[in-house]
Order: sequence, then structure tokens, then C-alpha cells
Amino acid sequence: MKAVVSFVVAAALYELVARSGWFAQALVPTLPAIAATLWRTLADGSMLNHAVATVYRVAAGLGLACATGLALGVLMGRFRAVEAFFLPLVNVLMPVPSLAWAPVFILWFGLGNTATILIVFYAATFPMLLNAWTGVRAVNPLWLRAAGAMGARGAELFWKVIVPATSPFVITGLRLAFQRAWIAVVGAEMLAASDFGLGWVIFDAKEFLNADVMLASLAVIGAIGFAFERLAFGALERATVMRWGMVRAAKA
Amino acid sequence: MHHIEIRNVTLVYDTPNGRVPGVRGVSFATAPSEFLCIVGPSGCGKTTLLNIIAGFLAPAEGEIRIGGKAVTGYGLDRGIVFQDFAQLFPWRTALGNVAFGLEMKGVPKAEREAIALEQLRLVKLEKFAGAYPHHLSGGMQQRVAIARALAYNPAVLLMDEPFAALDALTRDEMQRLLAEVWRATRKTVVYVTHNVAEAVYLADRVIVMTPHPGTIKAEVPIRLPRPRDPLSVEFLDYQKQLLRHLTQKEEAR
Ligand SMILES: Nc1ncnc2c1ncn2[C@@H]1O[C@H](COP(=O)(O)OP(=O)(O)OP(=O)(O)O)[C@@H](O)[C@H]1O
Ligand SMILES: [Mg+2]
Repeated sequence: MKAVVSFVVAAALYELVARSGWFAQALVPTLPAIAATLWRTLADGSMLNHAVATVYRVAAGLGLACATGLALGVLMGRFRAVEAFFLPLVNVLMPVPSLAWAPVFILWFGLGNTATILIVFYAATFPMLLNAWTGVRAVNPLWLRAAGAMGARGAELFWKVIVPATSPFVITGLRLAFQRAWIAVVGAEMLAASDFGLGWVIFDAKEFLNADVMLASLAVIGAIGFAFERLAFGALERATVMRWGMVRAAKA
Repeated sequence: MHHIEIRNVTLVYDTPNGRVPGVRGVSFATAPSEFLCIVGPSGCGKTTLLNIIAGFLAPAEGEIRIGGKAVTGYGLDRGIVFQDFAQLFPWRTALGNVAFGLEMKGVPKAEREAIALEQLRLVKLEKFAGAYPHHLSGGMQQRVAIARALAYNPAVLLMDEPFAALDALTRDEMQRLLAEVWRATRKTVVYVTHNVAEAVYLADRVIVMTPHPGTIKAEVPIRLPRPRDPLSVEFLDYQKQLLRHLTQKEEAR
């Protein structure tokens, strides 16, 4: 309820500024104008196409990042040798912003999906990896002993004990990875994509001073990010770690 | 015939601050279906000893045999219950926890769930089969842990102060229940505690350890009929005798 108030007040302030005449209408379009553009681009399917392109890139990059980050993080947590080998590399690569790689990837792979997905992948891998690594090291040793005493080994130990035992960390890693991926994809599309994607639309609209298109696209980016965060990850959390009492619900 | 044989077992921990002895030259044996209690002051090495028997720790010296075979690691011939409630898997229901060992053994789902339910009935928790551990009280969680350790039918049950963190009333109830479960299953039990009354109530024989680094100080067979009456004169005499063994040592140091 309080959230609604925040949104209404913020929207009203924006509308006030837009109608004040201090700025050109084309640069600061009113909310109805943005809504009309949003409606038009949704109706003609173009917004949907861009959104699908962006979501596809995020899904691909995030999927690769989760597979790599989870596998490597777990292996680092379980085996000293793997940890000793990868930790220095991780420490050096992690602080490099993923967008700094954009020119390199474009040089190697040209403009398009490959470079964009790689940038997303780079951004999303480290939060997943760090969380999986920490999660494995934080597993209650009693669970491992109990499971070992009951004959759990290898793949069964991994899937039936280590994965659920680290799930609070892994889900947090997934959330952070998604956020990073979603931020990275927009930037990556501005630099490395051509003709499709929400980030590209925003960048392209700049050429034609289409502020309404930019802001409509921003609204879509925000909405999709919000939907994933609240619906997908929230539901995942409720179905697993909250149900198991490993993490308590947020105090609303 | 012996079931568990411990011969001259010594273990030393390597820590950043140097080598700390865990247990020193411990030897004892149990008969099949015997209920053996180990009592000793805090830090004397009871948990260490139990972990060695469980196969989690390898002794520096000495050997352990179970049913005549040397122990080299952990195995399904031993069920284990720890002191900490957090030993249950929070992501599995009570039934799922109890069925875990059977699942690892490859017992089909329907069969293992039937066995698990039977074990939960033994600890009077069949109504809570579908509950997750965080919805159970501490005493209930320890009962699930006992059922879980019994479910795959190990010959030996190792218990490390399973009721130490419970309130006195619940603990008495748990002890009665455990005595019943033991009578029904006839497992060989090694039970660690620092509660003398608990040892006299449960054990066929009590081993008293010296303070750290622990060795065996005395062995006291408890010759009382069951179920035992904690208020009887004989019961209190045994308690006094164990307490005397425990405190004597401290004077000697
Ligand atoms: N993981 C460890 N690393 C180093 N030293 C340890 C470790 N575990 C135990 N010790 C030492 O070994 C000794 C025996 O410890 P242990 O846990 O077996 O005692 P305990 O009899 O079970 O005590 P309590 O009744 O408090 O549970 C202690 O002095 C302790 O300091
Ligand atoms: Mg202990």
C-alpha cells in the first residue's frame, strides 16, 4: 500500500515537471504520451520482439553463467586443488566490469548475439560462483557426516545433500546473477547488438530524439526485471528454502 | 563374544596452536545387544571416541573391530545420532529424513517409506511424517534422528549426548522412550553422556573417563532390573558411585 503512494507521488512530480514548460515536450514527454507510445509499440509487436531478443540474451548468458558458476563454485568449495588453482584467476577477473570486455568481444565475434551473450555471461558468472563457493563451505558438517554415515556418495551426495544444503546461497547467487545480467544486457545491447533488443532501442531512439520510445522501453525493462525478481525468484524461494525453514520470509 | 572391540586407541588433534590429545590409550569391548554408556567430564574426549567408532576420525594408534572386522571408515553397520538438533536435513520431511539411508541403499520408494513410517511409529511420531524439521520441537527432532539412525537397520547405534540440549522433563520422557526402543530392537548401543542419572537409567554398563586427555578410569556394571526406578535406593547408590569416580580424579590432579 505504501509502495503505491511512493509511485503515485513520484509520477505526479514527473508529470508536473513535464507539463511545466521548462523543457521541450519532445525531450520530457508527459506520462500519457509515454503510455501511448508504449501501447503503440506493444500493439504493433515491435516492443515484444525487442523484449524477446533481450530476454533471450539474458537467458542464454545467465544459463551459461549459472552452469559455470555453480559447477566451479561447488568444485572450489569441495576440493582444495581446484580452489587453489581458480581463486587467483577469479580474484583478478572479477573486478573487471563486464562492459569493459565489450570492445574485445566485438573484435573477436562481431556485433550481435554472441558478443552480447558473452558480456551477460561475464557479468553473471561471478556472483553465482562466489555464492556457490561460500555456500559449500558453509554447509553444516553434521549433514555431511550424517549423509556419509548413511552411505551417500558421489552424485547422490551432490544432488541430495550438497545442492539443497547450499540452496539459500545458490538462490541468492541466482538473484544477484540475474540482476547483474539484466543490467549488463542493456549496456551490452547499446554497444554490441544491432537492430534488436531493448537496450538497442533506447540507444537507437537517441538518434531521432525519441524520448517517449526511450522511456517506454525503460518501463518495459523495469517491469520485466521486477517480474522476474518478485515472481520467479520469490516463488522459488517460497517453494524451497522458506518452506524448509532455512531462510525466514522478509518482514513486510 | 564381543560385538565392538576398542583396543588401545589414541588420537591426537593437529591444531594451529599445536598438538592436542583427543583420547589416550582407550580399550573396552561390548557384548552384542549391550547398552554401554560412556560418562566423563566435558572435554575428556567422549565425542572424539564416538567419532572414531563411527569412522569419522582415524586413530593414530590402536584398532577398532566391529563383529570381528576392522573399522576403516564409516558404514551402514553403524547408525549415528548427534547432540545437535540441526543434524536433520531441513529440506526433507521427517519421513524423508528417516528414509534417507534406505534411499542410499537403493530400496524402492514404497518399501522404504513403509519402513520409515514404521520407525517413526517406534518413536511415536507417525503423525508428523509429513512435517519439516523446523516445525518440530527439539525433542521431536531428536526422535526423528533416532528413527533415521535405526531405519537402515544397523547393528550398532552410536549416540552422542542426544538429549543434553533438552529440558529435564522432555529428557526423562526421551530416556524412557529410548529404553523401550532398545528393548524392541536389541541394538548394541554406545551412548555418550555427562549426566550420571541418565547413564544409570539406560546402561547395562558404564565406562567412566578421566578428565582431558581422557583414558578409562572405571567400569561399572549396572545390575538393576528394568524399567528402572530413578528414586530407588539402589539407583541412587549407583549414581553416587559414578559421581565418586568422576570427582576423585579431579582431586588427584
Ligand atoms: N576438531 C578438533 N580440533 C582440535 N581439538 C579438538 C577437536 N575436537 C576436540 N578437540 C579437543 O579434544 C578434546 C576432547 O574433545 P571432545 O569433543 O571429544 O570432548 P567431549 O568429551 O565430547 O566434551 P563435551 O562433553 O564437552 O562434549 C578436547 O580437549 C578438545 O579441545
Ligand atoms: Mg562431546
